[in-house]
Amino acid sequence: MFKSMSALFLKDIKSELRTRYSINSLAMFIIVTISVILFSVGNEKLTPFMAGGMFWVIVFFTAMSGLSRAFVSEEERGTTMTLQLIANPDTILGGKMLYNMVLIFSMNIVTFLLYTAVFDSFIIKNPDIFFLVFSLGNIGMAVSSTIIAAIISKAGSKGTLYPVLSFPILLPLMLMLIDLTKLCMDGTTFADTQIEIFFLLCYDVLMMTASFLLFDFIWKD
Amino acid sequence: MVKKIFLYVLLAVVSIVGIGFPIVKNPVNWYEYPLIPGLEENAKIIFFHVPTSWLTVIAFFMSTYFSIKYLRKKNIIDDAKAYTSAQLGMIFCILATVTGAVWAKFAWGSFWSWDPRQTSIFAILLIYGALFALRSAIEDEQKRATLSAVYSSIAFVTVPFFIFIMPRIMKGLHPGSADDSTAGPLVNFKMNGNMQVVFYLSLLGFTLLYAWMWDIGYRSYLLKEKIEKSEKKD
Repeated sequence: MFKSMSALFLKDIKSELRTRYSINSLAMFIIVTISVILFSVGNEKLTPFMAGGMFWVIVFFTAMSGLSRAFVSEEERGTTMTLQLIANPDTILGGKMLYNMVLIFSMNIVTFLLYTAVFDSFIIKNPDIFFLVFSLGNIGMAVSSTIIAAIISKAGSKGTLYPVLSFPILLPLMLMLIDLTKLCMDGTTFADTQIEIFFLLCYDVLMMTASFLLFDFIWKD
Repeated sequence: MVKKIFLYVLLAVVSIVGIGFPIVKNPVNWYEYPLIPGLEENAKIIFFHVPTSWLTVIAFFMSTYFSIKYLRKKNIIDDAKAYTSAQLGMIFCILATVTGAVWAKFAWGSFWSWDPRQTSIFAILLIYGALFALRSAIEDEQKRATLSAVYSSIAFVTVPFFIFIMPRIMKGLHPGSADDSTAGPLVNFKMNGNMQVVFYLSLLGFTLLYAWMWDIGYRSYLLKEKIEKSEKKD
């Protein structure tokens, strides 16, 4: 199963590298959002907490702009039926999730680097805890957005519906991430953030389980 | 008929008793509520606000239960049941939000202050909204039922975070929050005998009201679908 999952993942990467549609639009989206924030802030200095919260706003909207491609592109190219024939649903979901995870990780690392370069007040005092939080958050975001993308692709690829459906699902994750980023910027110890990190872990595991359980129903129609 | 009269009498009694009975410092008579420092007359919201928020959650549970049942059996009646429950849940959710916000203006000083429970109810409102947006986007009946059932099951996974975990680990203004010294669930906090009786009666009355509305709602939804189908055939 893992073999076919990675085959599917490589297929997605290959077809992405051929057109570079997602990568280009995501990169442009990140640059555009950061510059819009820069324009609106002007010469004012952002407070550290605000900078921490704003970071996740950029991440959320970038994710919303690009991650639905995973399933929508299959519908657009008319390759859904072929996929249904050659692989079982769990493999497909696994492969797509992996692809989205790689996409979101690379996208967020770029956002993070750009953001730290541009905003002076965005200083993380606990890089190790922040890295853990960042990774768990990315995994959670990739998992939730993949399953919502699957729903969207079956609902006639309505683009505007994607953020509407994703936001309530991602909200607990986003709230915790914003909270934890503030704690990391304050420089709290690991013991103080334990509960929140455990919360993130719970979210990731629960979402992944629910996705694998429910994907069958979306996929077979 | 008897059921309806019983429900009517129950809700009438709860409304009159809940609003009308006085709050005094040292209750002697059976009809007097005790004074809760800092809340005074505002304490009476408990008889109406808590049942509506309780029903918001119950309606959501019911909706998810029938969604899962639909996914297992593919029976369109279960979809109608889930949908009607979500509709009622949305109504109770709006009621809970509005009563809470109005009350908060007088007790906490502002309509909205992003207390964890306010965040939760807002998120549930968004989930309901998204569910209806999804339903209206799909034409095909089977597909609509399946996709909305899947979505409400996924949304259900996030609900425990909102309702049970976040309000308890984050600082907030509601009883039972992380920094609340009184601790414990809302019902036990300095509520004496008669207040508890009225509270539970109100809970019962609202729940019965929900059950009745839900029963009528899903049957009328099914009839509507049937009529629309037969009109299409002609």
